[in-house]
Amino acid sequence: MSAHVISDQMNPDFALAVEGLTVSFDGFKAVDDLSFYVDQNEIRVIIGPNGAGKTTVLDLICGRTRATFGSIRFKGRELTRLKEHDIVLAGVGRKFQTPSIYDDLTVFENLEISYPKGRNVLGALTFRRDAAVRERVEEVASTIFLADRLNERAEYLSHGQKQWLEIGMLLIQDPELLMLDEPVAGMSVSERKKTAELLHTIIRDRSVIVIEHDMKFVEDIAHKVTVLHQGKILSEGPMAKVQADPKVIEVYLGH
Amino acid sequence: MFSDYSLTELGSIFVMQGFAGLILFSVFLLMALGLAIIFGQMGVINMAHGEFMILGAYVTYFTSQFFLNYLPSLFGIYFFIAMILAFIASGALGMAVEWLMIRHLYKRPLDTLLATWGLSLILQQVYRSVFGPREVGVELPGWMMGSLNLTDAIEVQINGLFVMGLTIAITIAVALLMYRSSWGKQVRAVVQNRTMAGAVGINTERVDRLTFGLGCGIAGVAGSAFTMIGSTGPTAGQLYIVDTFLVVVFGGAQSLIGTIASAFTISQAQSTMEFFLSGSMAKVLTLLGVIIILMLRPQGLFVIKVRR
Amino acid sequence: MTHIGRSFFLARKDVVGIVVLAILLVVVLPLTLDSFRLQFVGKYLTYAFVALGLVLCWGYAGILSLGQGVFFGLGGYCMAMYLKLEASSVENTKIQSTPGIPDFMDWNQITELPFFWKPFHSFPLTLVAIVAVPALFAFIIGFAMFKRRVGGVYFAIITQAIAAVLTILIVGQQGYTGGINGITDLRTLHGWDIRTDAAKTVLYFVCVALLFACILLAYYVKSSKLGRILVAMRDKEDRVRFSGYDVANFKVFVFCLAAALSAIGGAMFTLQVGFMSPSFVGIVPSIEMVIYCAVGGRLSILGAVYGTLLVNWAKTSFSESFPELWLLGLGGLFIAVVLAFPNGLAGIWQTYVAPRLGFLSGTKPTDPGAAPVAAE
Repeated sequence: MSAHVISDQMNPDFALAVEGLTVSFDGFKAVDDLSFYVDQNEIRVIIGPNGAGKTTVLDLICGRTRATFGSIRFKGRELTRLKEHDIVLAGVGRKFQTPSIYDDLTVFENLEISYPKGRNVLGALTFRRDAAVRERVEEVASTIFLADRLNERAEYLSHGQKQWLEIGMLLIQDPELLMLDEPVAGMSVSERKKTAELLHTIIRDRSVIVIEHDMKFVEDIAHKVTVLHQGKILSEGPMAKVQADPKVIEVYLGH
Repeated sequence: MFSDYSLTELGSIFVMQGFAGLILFSVFLLMALGLAIIFGQMGVINMAHGEFMILGAYVTYFTSQFFLNYLPSLFGIYFFIAMILAFIASGALGMAVEWLMIRHLYKRPLDTLLATWGLSLILQQVYRSVFGPREVGVELPGWMMGSLNLTDAIEVQINGLFVMGLTIAITIAVALLMYRSSWGKQVRAVVQNRTMAGAVGINTERVDRLTFGLGCGIAGVAGSAFTMIGSTGPTAGQLYIVDTFLVVVFGGAQSLIGTIASAFTISQAQSTMEFFLSGSMAKVLTLLGVIIILMLRPQGLFVIKVRR
Repeated sequence: MTHIGRSFFLARKDVVGIVVLAILLVVVLPLTLDSFRLQFVGKYLTYAFVALGLVLCWGYAGILSLGQGVFFGLGGYCMAMYLKLEASSVENTKIQSTPGIPDFMDWNQITELPFFWKPFHSFPLTLVAIVAVPALFAFIIGFAMFKRRVGGVYFAIITQAIAAVLTILIVGQQGYTGGINGITDLRTLHGWDIRTDAAKTVLYFVCVALLFACILLAYYVKSSKLGRILVAMRDKEDRVRFSGYDVANFKVFVFCLAAALSAIGGAMFTLQVGFMSPSFVGIVPSIEMVIYCAVGGRLSILGAVYGTLLVNWAKTSFSESFPELWLLGLGGLFIAVVLAFPNGLAGIWQTYVAPRLGFLSGTKPTDPGAAPVAAE
């Protein structure tokens, strides 16, 4: 697919290897020949101005948008040809920008649906809510500060709580790669603080890609930062290095 | 099956069937134009579209009666006045329906479908009670009667030609309105981003109402044109509704060119096959073909790839 | 969700509701109605199977099919073909130029039984076909469309077109299908005359029994995790997909289930009414079946039965006395149920009646079945 032949000497330690990734919509390249690598247990933050292609990169990794060229390997497995649900089963979890939860179901049921069992038709028909399921749901619910609201309809949660619920739905899946699209957007100051706490607990033992605008927050959690601009990587490295990069300053403060 | 005919005969048959197909194409396209605006631009399924068309047909019929009885000297031009009246009547009814019903349902497209189906039942019954269950036909003005003999074997009806010409004119008018006028720009802005359009000062409610009214008004004009080639009855609108929706969907809901191409393809396929098969089998095969193609290519013939 | 008052898969209020309906259908109506009226109810109940399927397919999964008449008809035709073959024994048809084939084939100069009629000599094969043929057809349609992510209004329009095509086909192929008149003059099932009043009463109870089996099945599906996934999909399809589910498979399943339920209803219709014709297949009957479900409440399994009974009762009484009012009424019903009562009878019950009845106060606000359809 790609003209970039790097795959053979790929470092097996990379959790995620994105190479030569390109997607074009009617000739407009939203993501243009992008390559980056995420280590195991690394926390990578993607920043960049609006329209830089950040969300599109996540869409490409989780299969929501199909790449025009390029490859995405997760633990050595090519994702670009997998179906969305197979990508999830491979261990990739994704949180959407606006909270995406099931309003008509209870918090418990929201979490239960993401429990990684009974995911085909027959399995769902015969699925039993046994002690293990209940225990796991309750455990996750207390992590996301919703232990006492399990039986409430999700519709009645506050915006911040909905964000947490969706994070919880990902946690219960226990993905090896977790992708979060602006997890603190639209939150109050106190919710923001609690979310940062929450993220600190859940990002252990897995690789995480976060899109975020809040620089304080980014500085707080990022191992490495990738700056996207017009579908290309402008700069990449530790926060301090990126912040000092004149190209980044130009894009953010220039014009 | 061809052996019974000589080559020239076959040629004329194809031309004549093609001409019949072109008339069917005009009917499809006229109906589909209104739907393409309402469904394609607003995402509203209007199952009562056929009844809006029939309203236009009735208006035309009564205008013709009026001219026949009171202004026989001007009978030759009654049709143009009828067309305008049909547009106004169907358009006004459309705007009323939008205000009373449709505007409450923009977020529930499937429910609009059911509600407009209910509306179509009511309109059918009203037509039956008010205008009677019989089919009515208009009297054509003298200049529209008769046919042109292109060769000895090929002749085409003038009323058919007139309807075709009318279809072309209306299509061009719609295209100009949607793609060249500032109002068309507003409609497309509202479709693409309702909140943003509202924020830059477009009265989105007014645009919705006018768009729906325009779609219905065009249906009325279609009904008016329809009287030139067929008779009108209370349930005549329902006969075409499924075909018309398939035309719009097949063409790719938001593309005017697509609608034209798909109306052409479907009507030509149907009328050509009608000659060789029974009418019902021609229709079955045409619809089945469209359904299968739609299953393979759900976005229709013409579509723009957009970023989600 | 807590499990107070929940036995196996039915909540207490569901059990109460089922028992009340059972008393109505098994005791009250047979005792109060004469045999003629009871046959009407039996006929209406066959539509309730369709409405039941629509509750799952449309109410829960959000898939509006405007072609349920297709499956009702296929089930009905399968049954009718069997009965017709039994009625067309060589002995009964010896005056025909080809004895032993259905009369309408003989009228259409067909001299040999078409291949697709042959399996319907066997009763077990017929029973299988009643469910399998429509379910398979639904599978093909559903698989083709849901795998390509066709949904919403497109699905509705295409299913409607399929209903139109099938009707034209049945009417056009008179020799093979009986044409516009359908398959008529059905007499016996395994030698048992189905035309007598006694037989019709028996068939009524068979129909009620089957309906309750299907109601229990629907409750089971609704209360399983699959039921919650359907609700979740209706709400946020992408979230379900990115939680590791192949969304299309679930849609195909529920569409096939709805088709199979409709087909059982169709077969019972043929048995009770004694014929099957294309007038139960097309666009108009198919969309009317949707209104039965909507009137009952698109999310209410029992509501589907009440809605069907109510609309059909109204249709029969109105079209007897004021036929022209009926169309207006039906049209108004479509509009009213969408604009004013999106949750139908069940919604009215839950909002106005249930709160006043103490013993039913176990109604939980968290029941996904109680999910209001967004009133704008």
